[in-house]
Amino acid sequence: MDQFLINVLNGISSGLLLFMLSSGLTLIFSMMGVLNFAHASFYMIGAYFAYVLTGIVGFWIALFLAPVAVGLLGALFERLALRRVHKFGHVPELLITFGLTYVVLELVKLVWGLSPVSFTPPPQLQGAAFTILQSTDGLGLVWGAAPAGTCGDVAGRVVHCSTFPATRFFMMVVALLMLVSLWLLLTRTRIGLVIQAALTHPEAVEALGHDVPRVFMLVFGSGCALAGLAGVAGGITFVTEPAMAAVVGSIIFVVVVVGGMGSLAGAFVGSLLIGLLSTLPLTVDDSLATLFNSMGGHVGPETFGWPFLRITLSQAAPILPYLLLVLILIFRPKGLLGTREG
Amino acid sequence: MDTAVSALPIATPAAARRNYHFRPYNVGRWIVWGLFALVLAVAPLFWTSSFGQTMLIQTGIAIIACLAYNILLGQGGMLSFGHAVYSGLGSFLAIHSLNFIASGRLGLPVSLVPLVGGLGGLFFATLLGYVTTKKAGTTFAMITLGIGELVWSMSLMIPEFFGGEGGISGNRVVGKPFFGITFGSQVQVYYLVALYCFACTALMFAFTRTPLGRMLNAVRDNPERVEFIGYSTQRVRYIAFMISGFFAGIAGGLAAVNFELVTAEVVGAGRSGAYLLFVFLGGATFFFGPIIGAVLMVVALVLLSELTQAWLLYLGLSFLFMVMYAPGGVASLIMMNLRVAAFGKLRHVWTSYLALAGTAAVMLLGAAAMIEMVYHLQLNIALGSKLRFLGATLDAKSPDSWFGAAFVLFTGVAMFEFTRRAFKRQWDTIQEEIEREIKRREALV
Amino acid sequence: MSFAVELVDVRKSFGKTEIIRGANLQVRPGERVAIIGPNGAGKSTLFNLISGRFGCTSGEVRLHGQRIDGLAPYEINRRGLARSFQVSNLFTRLSVFENIRCAVLWSMGYRYAFWKFLADLDDANDRTEEVLEMIKLDRKRDVLATNLTYAEQRALEIGITIAGGAGVVLLDEPTAGMSRSETRRFVQLIRDVTVGKTLLTVEHDMGVVFGLADRIAVLVYGEVIAFDEPEAVRANPRVQEAYLGAVLEHEAAGAH
Repeated sequence: MDQFLINVLNGISSGLLLFMLSSGLTLIFSMMGVLNFAHASFYMIGAYFAYVLTGIVGFWIALFLAPVAVGLLGALFERLALRRVHKFGHVPELLITFGLTYVVLELVKLVWGLSPVSFTPPPQLQGAAFTILQSTDGLGLVWGAAPAGTCGDVAGRVVHCSTFPATRFFMMVVALLMLVSLWLLLTRTRIGLVIQAALTHPEAVEALGHDVPRVFMLVFGSGCALAGLAGVAGGITFVTEPAMAAVVGSIIFVVVVVGGMGSLAGAFVGSLLIGLLSTLPLTVDDSLATLFNSMGGHVGPETFGWPFLRITLSQAAPILPYLLLVLILIFRPKGLLGTREG
Repeated sequence: MDTAVSALPIATPAAARRNYHFRPYNVGRWIVWGLFALVLAVAPLFWTSSFGQTMLIQTGIAIIACLAYNILLGQGGMLSFGHAVYSGLGSFLAIHSLNFIASGRLGLPVSLVPLVGGLGGLFFATLLGYVTTKKAGTTFAMITLGIGELVWSMSLMIPEFFGGEGGISGNRVVGKPFFGITFGSQVQVYYLVALYCFACTALMFAFTRTPLGRMLNAVRDNPERVEFIGYSTQRVRYIAFMISGFFAGIAGGLAAVNFELVTAEVVGAGRSGAYLLFVFLGGATFFFGPIIGAVLMVVALVLLSELTQAWLLYLGLSFLFMVMYAPGGVASLIMMNLRVAAFGKLRHVWTSYLALAGTAAVMLLGAAAMIEMVYHLQLNIALGSKLRFLGATLDAKSPDSWFGAAFVLFTGVAMFEFTRRAFKRQWDTIQEEIEREIKRREALV
Repeated sequence: MSFAVELVDVRKSFGKTEIIRGANLQVRPGERVAIIGPNGAGKSTLFNLISGRFGCTSGEVRLHGQRIDGLAPYEINRRGLARSFQVSNLFTRLSVFENIRCAVLWSMGYRYAFWKFLADLDDANDRTEEVLEMIKLDRKRDVLATNLTYAEQRALEIGITIAGGAGVVLLDEPTAGMSRSETRRFVQLIRDVTVGKTLLTVEHDMGVVFGLADRIAVLVYGEVIAFDEPEAVRANPRVQEAYLGAVLEHEAAGAH
């Protein structure tokens, strides 16, 4: 049970990371109609910038500086490159961000090398955030790591301990803070009102006389800054390496399509769903074959379709989000909470 | 349907003209196709080395794959990030058939194995295409991305079909020889590829001249309007998707026969991205653009990657600049200049082109020297700090080399900018003159 | 007698706003009907409902007696109804000839054929030439649609609409943005190409309306408040009150 709870928390924290990324993506898409293919690349840059800045000013200042730097970089890209192709339509915009992924990946490899960098969490975030204990007495929670001697076979009682890493906990906190500030920004400020309007009616917002090029630069930069913030949190939780962009790259597009293009709430629901869907099955070692056999069937290597039937859920975990994508597109093409078509 | 189509007033002179349809032979077209066939036929006589012939074979395969991809991108306006799925699955089916032929379970000649790949591509395009073509534009792109990832992830889960890490290997020298041809030698494989390349190119070109091909263009230009003239936009896209998958599968099948080894990366995102990148670079708006793109693809992936480690960076940067400044690709640049030549104005421009090329070369030289030095420092530092760059020796750790490269770069940039402005003025003047000439000719008609 | 186009209590809401509030209309075959009304009355929405671009919230739309509400636009088009757009909706990168030929292909039965060459389809090509001559764009047959002048694009728009030979034609503000002389030429063009067909047209130019229409339908706030011959509509007090009144008189006096 303790392990299950930790798995659920892992799934939720992954989902919240995905939300940090997909919210920026949704904002950019809603306001500019541009699907930023390079969003995961800015995530990666955020991690690397934070790694460098941590060495200079320490982690906690880097936590604020790195996203700002990434945001500036994004705004610069918008100003120099993206703006130039805006008049060609949405496809060239997508293509230019696609080309950017190649350039960013190569530059990152160039500057920091091919192997992972040792981006270690600050002392406050090392170790466990809390530990869940389970024994015959029920469940218990201990902040930080469990004291030595409480886990395992202790005086005749078996106590299972599962730890939840502090970095993951931090990631959840940052994501939730970001969610709350985003919500406050959208519902309580004037610029938030403009963004909300643009989420569903971008042309009308343009017609109302807002300085569109500057707004675009601001929006693109902010979206990238959000990705950079996610990168800081993700960099200390996971491995900071050139491949980290590819790991999340395609998943966030699944999230926005499943949640509904242009819907922030949809992005939230989609992220959590996909986060849980890619984490929870990892512990299940059953397959369709074991399911049939438990119901009295006799499925074995000679059965037709055995290669499919023997795939365990844990092996299939990477493809489940994509399967969900296909199902959603068949049965609910607008996405779960979508209001706009792509 | 009597009430639907009512009688229309027919202008009588037109009706009288209807009985005779003047259809002259398009001599130009015969010449172009003849040249194409000739080039395909004699190419291996010029490139006799094994490396050269490998490149020729790969180019032939790439031409089919890129043209198939352009049915979606250039002709249909459908941006797919997952087309390698269809060529890749075609490859896998082809290699399995080769193994079936070897074990005697399938009595198919090896020369028809690419068709098996094609049928495989067609099958999967039919299966996955229905869901894929339900949406358009950006959502379509995302769906293709998702399905590409789906198939790639599944490739690791079903080693019986995908061969796991090592892939599936086969042998193309199996089955009954066809008139003594066993496909053991590279030349024989080349001519097989050349035959398929010519046939597929011709078929895909013919497709652009059919009702469905034209309606596909209409869907690209205005998908909404298409619905109001009686066509289902989704059906048009779906059928085009299937046709594209068929030809992609043929390319995959030929690759399987050539390399005798198929690994999971043939369905991967890298290959799908390469299709997109190079078809766009070659030019998606003209039929022959993807052919140029295919040549560029083989040159970049096979040659350039041998010459420098920074090749992916150069590729990405070239792509970025193409999207910004020449979204029609190399083909559009060629056509623009052909138009200028057709109006007799090319002689004014070629000196400017030379100047542009020269200054650009200087600029690129400086940039490339710096990039190569950085790459050397990062990746090859164990070999010492010296590296060879185009015949000269640079020392990545010495400030002299850096100063020299920076100097060359900045001089090049300054000169390039200067020549570019002069060229732009000249080009704009020429375009105006051409527009005036076109109007003048129109008024004469 | 079955009506060519019939609207039975059609309603359309966008969210909470009801745009069309129970529209009723019966158009006889071969009739020319102009739909007029103040801005925001829902005229283009009505066209979108009839042609299948949007679905009705409730009510029925009938074409030659058969219900077409809920059908996809291409299904409605195949049953013999074609429409033009207020903002020219052309195939931008195709030539004028290709634009028209695309519009002709389905009605000639070629469907999704990829085994025939366009150059060999004599009947389609001949029909395309006919339509080009009718809309007077035969000189511009190889010009790309984006490179035409505004009036030529409007003409091409109409050409695409009628090329398939549909019996019921909907024209949405065909003369929008045209000068007086262009309008006059265009109205003559419309008369020529819609001989024997049922025509519904949305128009703001009263001169065009009175010159072209057999009957006028007045749409105000999503309801058809009058549907009668031009003179009767002009005299209708409800129309005068809801629409332009004196301007109506003045325009009609200057109509041809």
